[in-house]
Amino acid sequence: MTTSAPLLEVENLQVGGEGFLVVGKVSLTIGQGESLGIAGESGSGKSTLLLSLMGMMRPGLQAIGGSVRLNGSPMLGQSDAALASVRGGKIALIPQNAATALNPSRRIGAQIDEALVLHSALGKRERSGRVLDLLGRVRLPEPAMIARRYPHELSGGQVQRAAIAMALAGQPEVLLLDEPTTGLDVTTQSALLDLLVDLRQRAKVGILCVSHDLGVLARLCDRIGVMYAGAMVEQGPLSVVLARPLHPYTQALVASIPRLGAAGLPLPIEGSPPSLFHLPSGCRFAPRCAFVQEACHTQRPELVLVAQDHKIACLRPNIAPAPASQRPATEFAKGAPLLSIQELSVGYPKQGLFARRAQKPVVEDVSFTLGRGEVLGLVGESGSGKSTILRAIAGLATPNTGQITLMSKGLAHPLAASAADRPLSQLRAIQLIFQNPDASLNPRHRVLDLLAQPLMLYGQVPRSELRAKATDLLGEVRLGAATLDRMPAQLSGGERQRVAIARAFAAGPDLLLCDEITTALDVSVQAAVLALIRDLARKHDVAAIFVSHDLAVVRSIADRIAVLHNGRIVEINDAQALCARPVHPYTKKLISSVLDIPA
Amino acid sequence: MAAALLERLGLALVTMIIIVVVVFFALELMPGDACSVNLGRGASDSMLAACQKRLGLDQPPLWRFAAWAGDILTGDLGISMQRERPIAEIVGWRLRNTLILAGVTAAIGIPLALGLGVLAGLNPDGPLDMTISGIAIFAMTVPEFISGTLMILLFSVILGWAAGVVTIGYKAPALDLLKASILPAATLIFILAAHILRMVRASVIEVMQSDFVQMARLKGVPRRRMILHHVVPNTLLPAISIIGLTMAWLLGGVVIVESVFNFPGLGRLAVDAVADQDLPLVQAIALLFGFIYVLTNLGADLLALTLNPRLRARRR
Repeated sequence: MTTSAPLLEVENLQVGGEGFLVVGKVSLTIGQGESLGIAGESGSGKSTLLLSLMGMMRPGLQAIGGSVRLNGSPMLGQSDAALASVRGGKIALIPQNAATALNPSRRIGAQIDEALVLHSALGKRERSGRVLDLLGRVRLPEPAMIARRYPHELSGGQVQRAAIAMALAGQPEVLLLDEPTTGLDVTTQSALLDLLVDLRQRAKVGILCVSHDLGVLARLCDRIGVMYAGAMVEQGPLSVVLARPLHPYTQALVASIPRLGAAGLPLPIEGSPPSLFHLPSGCRFAPRCAFVQEACHTQRPELVLVAQDHKIACLRPNIAPAPASQRPATEFAKGAPLLSIQELSVGYPKQGLFARRAQKPVVEDVSFTLGRGEVLGLVGESGSGKSTILRAIAGLATPNTGQITLMSKGLAHPLAASAADRPLSQLRAIQLIFQNPDASLNPRHRVLDLLAQPLMLYGQVPRSELRAKATDLLGEVRLGAATLDRMPAQLSGGERQRVAIARAFAAGPDLLLCDEITTALDVSVQAAVLALIRDLARKHDVAAIFVSHDLAVVRSIADRIAVLHNGRIVEINDAQALCARPVHPYTKKLISSVLDIPA
Repeated sequence: MAAALLERLGLALVTMIIIVVVVFFALELMPGDACSVNLGRGASDSMLAACQKRLGLDQPPLWRFAAWAGDILTGDLGISMQRERPIAEIVGWRLRNTLILAGVTAAIGIPLALGLGVLAGLNPDGPLDMTISGIAIFAMTVPEFISGTLMILLFSVILGWAAGVVTIGYKAPALDLLKASILPAATLIFILAAHILRMVRASVIEVMQSDFVQMARLKGVPRRRMILHHVVPNTLLPAISIIGLTMAWLLGGVVIVESVFNFPGLGRLAVDAVADQDLPLVQAIALLFGFIYVLTNLGADLLALTLNPRLRARRR
């Protein structure tokens, strides 16, 4: 810990609009070479906090109270012109999604050069040399070539590196990171975090990193602040806070993270965060808190020191640390075979007037079998072909070669390549749940209508019984009957995904295909969805293929795991055995890239 | 890149061939032929037969189509019935005049539209935007023959700045035509600019809310530089295809505006040819309009393809 004057000082910052608060009374400091992580789920106000540190407010928001000072000079209430020399200079931002944060019609080199024009006194020739230096510093191969490329010509990891190079161009003293690795593959993420750790140690910049991923923060930061509904609920040294969290929310958050080392499902946090327009008058976490007392509903707790350098905002500061336990794994007895895939290869034909040649297959020579009631995890990075396998099973992608066979009533039925050619009984047997419930639920249909369609089509449920049946289904996914008459837009992301799950179960399937179904969800909600899929699959003896890029998530839910790399299965084994004793080098690489948090 | 280029060129060629076929057979489907229309009801059968033999109308339609299409390839558009001179000669001069009018319109109208569109989009719903957008919507809704007549009323009758009607012949020197095209061009600009600027305005508003403009602010880019380097280039690229479409659409406006102002261009010739029932000439003008439409859009496509790095990559 350095004792020099802090570079960035935030005191009692409050940001909000008319009738609501997004950030409530946040204080923090960052000194030279320090690194602070801010953790929080969506809607916790962490991104708004980050932008306000650069003196920027989203439309409709303003600073209501408090101050932000960089090297003693104020950042709030200043015009863009007044802040122009500081932004990108003394304080720089690495954006969440560099692919959209870089100008699509200018070359990478020109965009980094612009930062140098604005924040250095270098001449034209020195600048072009510096651009190449910077690109080399973020370990991009062949800087001269990268500099001439446009953002869309680079991979996700490369653009993100270019954005880091751009942020470094102004030689910042403070670097702000907004979910710097979201949307990247695990191995790319791991390499980028190494780079950031290295930069931090060498350049001695102060770092503030905002993320929902505690693993990312654990890798990058020394200290951590946990935000809930706009307020800081816990602050302290990262290793202490994550290993022995004291605030009930932090405890629940840590317990909701799937871990590679532990079998069984992570624990969800019941309920959902409060609306910013109707914050509870007492503690904001009180409605969901397991240790809630009467006083919690009336008194708003302030951050108080409870141990050395460790603060929490809780009226019961003497809570014994709850052990971050996981739900034990349920034993699985392998049932009769349900699905068999033999030597499946799938490629997409190239579209175009003059070019109609087949491309290299996305999936090559994939074979596996699945037992009744078994959960198979498919892991792989983007482009590994995992979604394509699901699409082929569902009859949405046509295989080049290979056979998919569904067993029912002791008979084997080879499946037609296209869903349009399959009989109703086979369509019913296989149900697909998509990554993004916003896109997969018709926004103009009530939840009742969404559930009624499969009930009528596959179950022949008469109109008079629809409501009762749909209510039962909602009960299975732990949603109340009131949800029936809501539109998807009136539900939270987690609730929408539950509706999508209920819709899949409405058909009475034998096999569920889950395509990254928790990627768009917060960790605490993800834990709930994982538990739901697992429980329902066991209860109704439904098998599932669970596709994800996240090995820890797959590990928590799957009985068996198949690892995909470049369209081929490189390893398939019992989940526990695969994680404990990986054989293939790519599996080992995936496992070493998983960001575990300190226990 | 080369494949995308070839694809566009091929598509344009196919479209032009379709135009040739449609123009020929559309007129073929009409009752009567060039001779019966030209000679009128009083013509005797022998006169008609002689005329048809002279023009080759006694041949089967497919045969005539082949001959006509072959002539077009060599630049021979046939002979005008009424004017009894080669169509290529009549049309050539008028085409020059219309290109002068279109050139003046584009040269003033497009930069004006882009500038006003960016200004309006940078301050959406401000007083400047309200004024610009208000006038644009008015311009878009009023038909050319009314806005043209209003122009004549204002600039020649009331103010007396310019002649209301063009009196020079179609073979007049280019400079004279340039002067004569001021009021017709102003009428066309009124409408052309309105369409383009509305589109540019919407595009600027969208770009201003993009991640990369926010990033530019966070990078400390001053407003002026941000507009010139980050906003404008990303607005103009999508505007190119709209400009191409609007320019091609302008052809319809040209017919009306040239008639209102008596401007000796292709548009007025088209109206005259229809009035005179000069079928070969109508055919030739319809063909020319079709080709100009295709070529303008092709030009816009190719320009967009060369300027926009994302389009270049999409087809790779």
